[in-house]
Amino acid sequence: MTAAAKRRKRGNGGFVLACLAPALVLFAVFMIVPTVNVFRMSLYTWSGFSPDMRFVGLDNFRRLLDDDQFVRAFQNTVALLVVVTVVTMGMGLFLAAIMTRQKLSGRNLYRFVLYVPNVLSVVVIAAIFSAVYDQENGLLNGALRVLSLDGLQQVWLGDQRIVLYSVAIAMVWQSLGYYMVLYMSSMSSIPEELYEASSLDGASAGKQFFSITLPLIWQHLRTTLTFFVMSAVNLSFVLVRAMTGGGPDGASEVLLSYMYKQAYTNSSYGYGMAIGVVIFAFSFLVSLLVSRATKREPLQF
Amino acid sequence: MTITRLGRTLTYVLVAAIALAIAVPVAWVLLASFKAKGEFYDSPWTLPDGLRIQNYVDAFVTAHMGQYFLTSVLVTVLGLVFVLAVSIPAAYVIARYEFRGRGFVEVLLLAGLFVNVNYIVVPIFLMLVGWDRSLADVLPGGFFIDNPAVLSLVYAATSIPFSIYLLTAYFRSIPVDYEEAASLDGASRFLVMTRIMLPMARPAVTTVILFNFLAYWNDFIIALTLLPGDGKTLQVGLLNLMTAQKAAADYGRLYAGMVIVIVPVLILYALIQRRLIEGMAAGGVKG
Repeated sequence: MTAAAKRRKRGNGGFVLACLAPALVLFAVFMIVPTVNVFRMSLYTWSGFSPDMRFVGLDNFRRLLDDDQFVRAFQNTVALLVVVTVVTMGMGLFLAAIMTRQKLSGRNLYRFVLYVPNVLSVVVIAAIFSAVYDQENGLLNGALRVLSLDGLQQVWLGDQRIVLYSVAIAMVWQSLGYYMVLYMSSMSSIPEELYEASSLDGASAGKQFFSITLPLIWQHLRTTLTFFVMSAVNLSFVLVRAMTGGGPDGASEVLLSYMYKQAYTNSSYGYGMAIGVVIFAFSFLVSLLVSRATKREPLQF
Repeated sequence: MTITRLGRTLTYVLVAAIALAIAVPVAWVLLASFKAKGEFYDSPWTLPDGLRIQNYVDAFVTAHMGQYFLTSVLVTVLGLVFVLAVSIPAAYVIARYEFRGRGFVEVLLLAGLFVNVNYIVVPIFLMLVGWDRSLADVLPGGFFIDNPAVLSLVYAATSIPFSIYLLTAYFRSIPVDYEEAASLDGASRFLVMTRIMLPMARPAVTTVILFNFLAYWNDFIIALTLLPGDGKTLQVGLLNLMTAQKAAADYGRLYAGMVIVIVPVLILYALIQRRLIEGMAAGGVKG
């Protein structure tokens, strides 16, 4: 923009305000105020509905440390994050590399199919997986019976030792296609000459992946990783809420579902908000750590 | 070269297996929605006897999915209207005008990208309950809870950071020459925005509509919290069918309900998949 244009646009206070105010008011009322409230209310005890509200300082946080269910929900969240991130990212990168490098026939069809779960709602995915995991009439146990592998049948959502893996599989199923498509778009911008040159040197496809593809999309990978962590915290909640309700006996409880339970069902609003603060801090910290740990000198092509 | 050929075959098999693992459950739900009650006790891998539509009648009428469908359409459309009405002007002035506090506004909105709605749904709910209570003398029936328009407003508000982020970036990429020419011709600032810039920003607006459509249509946490009465959305209705199925083992109605929820989204996806994927590459982030 030229200096003249900038000058001309001074003295437009009324117009600017009229354009900006509606968005900012909505944003302030429904996002800033509730977010501030999460932090403020974590210092109080309050049932949420009664007028009785008491300031207790950091008591809610102290109680969290002795709360076994909270510790378990925390562990479950971390476990899901680690497993789902590693599997989804690994498979997403692998598939994207095959689709872009190997000129796989029918890859448009594959891309179409793999992206489908990303447009489905979490309730639908939870319902699909309830059908897959159903103990009597489910697809999975049904398939095992057909293959005469009856011994491998499981109560996929009812066994405390298995339920977390069952949730993790549903999470990977949902997000794999999204990340594959994301990486496909960044891989396709790598110039073909780089691969041609290294093929002449006799580099295999696997070697090319690690020495060319991965370093060149690294910055993009870092960004997606940061967002992945946050959306996985969230996805684990909506999926658990719709699929298992945290059960059996808290075995699939995650941080956000436990917060929801405490704040909403159990009416310990302040305590629930303390969990909310932990979630904010946790996802911020993980994002920061991931970003630090993956820092490399940016490479250009 | 047999090793590379073997590797290639294995890769093909693997990719096909992953695609099947995604396609089969979805296709299976579509098929199972036509099964009669008794057929669900046979092997889940059998095909339905015929195209029975009783399950759909049950889902639409008895389980109120038809009514919920209308609620969902209303809430989604209204939410899109709200978010576009407030985000487009705001993004435009952020991209084009110099004003005090612009940097601060931008940082604030950027920080908003990191606040997920599900973190703050309980405070939002209690805030609305509080407003209802203070209005109890004027509106004893309550106004904010169980109001689809308020739900739309909350959807719109929570997607403002993403929408403004995307639109601002696009407005900045359009050369200023067009606007300068138009204002030299005497067009007002409002006309420059609506008649010149808005048509040029159509690709970004489409992307915003697509992603917000999916977010609003597929949400259930906020809808569950803010519409606790009878006027539910489709997703919440489906959640109820899931709970009912666990109690009564009524699979047919649940699967028919799922198909009702899936089909509109799948049709839309098939029509606009290229656009969706291009938009994703441009936006790069998802809420």
